[in-house]
Amino acid sequence: MEPIVKTLFPFIVISVGIIAVFGGVMMIVAYTVLAERKVLGWIQGRIGPNRVGPWGLFQPFADLLKFILKEELIPDQSTRFIFYLAPLVALTCAFMPMIVYPFGPEIVGSFDFLPYGLGEGIKSLPLRVADLDVGVLYVLAITSVGVYGIALAGWSSNSKYSLMGGLRSSAQMISYELAMGASVIGVVMLAGSLSLGDIINAQINSTFRWFIIPQFIGFVVFLIAAFAETNRVPFDLPEAETELVAGFHTEYSALKFALFFMAEYVNMFTVSVMAVTLFLGGWYIPGLDYLARTVGMEWLFGVGTIGYALISHVGFLLKIFAFLFFYIWVRGTLPRFRFDQLMNFGWKFLLPVALANVILTVVVVFLVGRFW
Amino acid sequence: MVTALFYLLAGLAIACAISCVYHKNPLYSAVSLIGVFLSLACIYLTLSAPFIAVTQILVYAGAIMVLVIFVIMLLNLDEDKPLNSLTYLYGVGGGLGLLLIAQAIFVFYAVNTAGQESVDSTAAGKTLSIGLAMYTQYLLPVEIVGILLLMAIVGAMIMSRRIREPNQRKAEKAVE
Repeated sequence: MEPIVKTLFPFIVISVGIIAVFGGVMMIVAYTVLAERKVLGWIQGRIGPNRVGPWGLFQPFADLLKFILKEELIPDQSTRFIFYLAPLVALTCAFMPMIVYPFGPEIVGSFDFLPYGLGEGIKSLPLRVADLDVGVLYVLAITSVGVYGIALAGWSSNSKYSLMGGLRSSAQMISYELAMGASVIGVVMLAGSLSLGDIINAQINSTFRWFIIPQFIGFVVFLIAAFAETNRVPFDLPEAETELVAGFHTEYSALKFALFFMAEYVNMFTVSVMAVTLFLGGWYIPGLDYLARTVGMEWLFGVGTIGYALISHVGFLLKIFAFLFFYIWVRGTLPRFRFDQLMNFGWKFLLPVALANVILTVVVVFLVGRFW
Repeated sequence: MVTALFYLLAGLAIACAISCVYHKNPLYSAVSLIGVFLSLACIYLTLSAPFIAVTQILVYAGAIMVLVIFVIMLLNLDEDKPLNSLTYLYGVGGGLGLLLIAQAIFVFYAVNTAGQESVDSTAAGKTLSIGLAMYTQYLLPVEIVGILLLMAIVGAMIMSRRIREPNQRKAEKAVE
């Protein structure tokens, strides 16, 4: 019994981590949808959903049930296999980056209480599934594969509107990926690492605590590119309902439509996490460790304790919710771009600004390293 | 464990490659090729080379194949017509295949005869060691590749630019 448990232990830990992250993100996504409807209602002077449960809190589950029970329509002339594959690709690629996000600081302590001596040699519990050496690149790579979900959906539906939506969105995502990648380079240079955990640690040890201050241009470029990457207003050309019915998912119904819908919101969550981690210090709340020291309650929420991890995690979630609120706010405020404006903006303004930011950062990092 | 994973992923890669070659529909072929790239990236991961794995996904699966799929979607090829009926291509393909097999045999031979070189396993494949090697030991090849890519970009710009006649330009101005 003991050796089996010992061999299986790492897999069990990782599986528990993955399930916890998956469940948590699904709940956040479900309630982002509800929050979007509520906040949009508030912005537009309506009430929003308020029938299912208190204040409409069970609305997401009612919606899910509706999606499961609805009739599934498959266009007669569609390319069947790819038609089924596309929503799976979209949602899988939306979820895959989750494993590298640091959701909180490490909990340092002894794990000797575990049976069979499993806790031997384990000194800390990190609040992430895996710390990849190339975390930032990994997230960018997986999001670039996510384009296929939309492109293939548009092609396989065998419908004009879907094809136009799919083509538009692939063109848009390829264009803005460049600006997004270039805007991240500045942060990577300041941190000297591609691992998300190292980037947060570099921010904690830096002069300004958060990279948004030295990398403000990069932050703004990242934010705009993130809106385009997730196909959100004002860049929601792929599903411009006034001209393309519903864009790439026109022919999708029932649960397959729900998968696309979920993928969009998971992608919103992903770019929010990236923005928070790269520019806003991730889970780090400035002054929390100092406060614990001055109050003399380091046993409760000093660095490395469970209390510190919990408070930091809540701070992390609050930062993400602020970003998600910003998304919804923009959707309620701004009109849509025209397609040629979108392309010109991406290639002729956003990318040059991002590259200029890279060069500026190189010069400053060099001068500071040389003369400070 | 790693060996089992390797056989699984290698089998997947070969299956995807075969389906890439044999499918009549070009889009299925392109999707199979993406499958090949992804399984190769997973094999790199099991060889603890995360940087190469991620670059493989980012460059091949993420960038190049998107363009291929874009072109296929825009061309809207007819599924019933075979793409090419050039029979001499079978001979060329067979010759290239033999060349590849010969290369594989040579690689096996070279690996077996050469002594095992000890590599620092903690640093190999990491971003830092790759960056250091690229900008110190292999600086010249990197520079040459960079200039080659720049030339390719400029060439693409020149070839895709519309050369407008003077009359046409005047007409466009009048319209504006």
